[in-house]
Amino acid sequence: MVNLLANVGVWWLEILQRVGRGFLFFIRILTGLPALLTRPRLLIKELYSVGVLSLTIILVSGLFVGMVLGLQFFMTLSRFGAESALSVTVNLTLLRELGPVVTALLFAGRAGSALTAEIGLMKTTEQLSGIEMMAIDPVHRIIAPRFLAAVIAMPLLAVMFSVVGILSAWLIGAGLLGVDSGSFWAQMQASVDWYNDALNGIYKSIVFGIVVAWIAVFEGYDAIPTSEGVGRATTRTVVNGSLAVLGLDFILTSIMFGGI
Amino acid sequence: MEEYIVFNDVHFSRGQKKIFKGIDLVVPKGKTTAIMGPSGTGKTTLLKLIGGILMPEQGTVLVDGQSVGKLGHDDLFALRKSMGMLFQSSALLTDESVYENVAYPLREHTKLPESMLRDLVSMKLEAVGLRGAIDMMPSELSGGMARRVALARAIALDPGLIMYDEPFTGLDPITMSTVVTLIKKLNDALGISSLMVSHDVAETLSIADYCHIISDGKVVVSGTPDELQHSDSEWVQQFLQGRPDGPAPFHYPAAPIAEDLGVKHG
Repeated sequence: MVNLLANVGVWWLEILQRVGRGFLFFIRILTGLPALLTRPRLLIKELYSVGVLSLTIILVSGLFVGMVLGLQFFMTLSRFGAESALSVTVNLTLLRELGPVVTALLFAGRAGSALTAEIGLMKTTEQLSGIEMMAIDPVHRIIAPRFLAAVIAMPLLAVMFSVVGILSAWLIGAGLLGVDSGSFWAQMQASVDWYNDALNGIYKSIVFGIVVAWIAVFEGYDAIPTSEGVGRATTRTVVNGSLAVLGLDFILTSIMFGGI
Repeated sequence: MEEYIVFNDVHFSRGQKKIFKGIDLVVPKGKTTAIMGPSGTGKTTLLKLIGGILMPEQGTVLVDGQSVGKLGHDDLFALRKSMGMLFQSSALLTDESVYENVAYPLREHTKLPESMLRDLVSMKLEAVGLRGAIDMMPSELSGGMARRVALARAIALDPGLIMYDEPFTGLDPITMSTVVTLIKKLNDALGISSLMVSHDVAETLSIADYCHIISDGKVVVSGTPDELQHSDSEWVQQFLQGRPDGPAPFHYPAAPIAEDLGVKHG
């Protein structure tokens, strides 16, 4: 019994220690951000790596998610003769929820895991120690540009996901299912509010970007420098990043739309 | 003999394992000093303690009169600018070209124009015989070439101290002799202090002015290569001659094999 309690205590202490390390690491990243203003080349390179290279998976997913939403909502709404509400449901679902959330989940799997693996391998192959020995802070030089690039890329990708999703839902609705095209766009204009719906979705994706990027770079930097350690860190990025996104989504939705 | 690096009663552990149990040693200025010892005795850890990447639990590490553990962030980074380190794995940035790797510390710490950077990098690469590889990527280099590029990067800021971590490990005989000659030439030409960690006995003794052999967390013996080769210590002779058994046993401590195999006596 005493052993069990001791083990639980040790487990909690380890978690708290790790969370503490994570917060200190976050502060170190923030102190490295101003220097990026004078060296945009570093940021642009990482924006390409985490943003542009994630475009394919985001756009293709947006296309299919939009098509499925168009079909599902049409089938349900047509039972009540409310096909004209297709535009409102698809738009609000994508802008408020699926755009930010699915983009963040895909981003954690595609770019987050790549960031963790890259930084973890840089640690394993002593590249980070090498940079440190050259009197350069690796958190400022290597981590901060990657973190900021991910935070910038996330809302842009989420917007693109939603736009492609809405277009593909329109294509299905107006092109295949007979919904009036003009009514689709008019409904969207009338029902979607820029501040309440679109902007709140963008705020969500900025928060998701910060959290997923933070988890990804911290897991890489804190990884045990072995192949197994890097593998585990990469898995943790995807699992913890995805859970954090889903948990935060509930909290943010409650605050933004739920009146809590 | 002026002291450059001084270890005073340094203790260091990794988890439960005690790496150093009160180590004392001196690295003289302007000389080539070698640290030798069996694998896993903490030779690389020793270099990281000098560079302030790791901090001792107890004792002090003095570099050029400054206690590394007590330096603030800016002072530590200023001290590191006066050091170059050649890592065992070369530690080249794999997504940057040879040119960018060697230019890296210059770009970070100076505001030199690109044309001058190119000239400086070319000169450093010429010194290691790899000017022709300036536009290659690290993945295109052999192990020996990568180590020479890393050496060019280590001397980029003209440091007062160069630390070599296992510079000869994993190299073929020709490349190894090239690296040995190169290190010797650079040390003579630049007149800097060098600290070399290695377990390649013949190559290390041929370059070093002074050697420390460490084992089990302590310095076992110190002296010139000649003094070491004439040491009375059985352990030192076993290490230098590479005999598989002797005072350093072949077997890691274990229970009797009969017990493990479940064989009953009598």
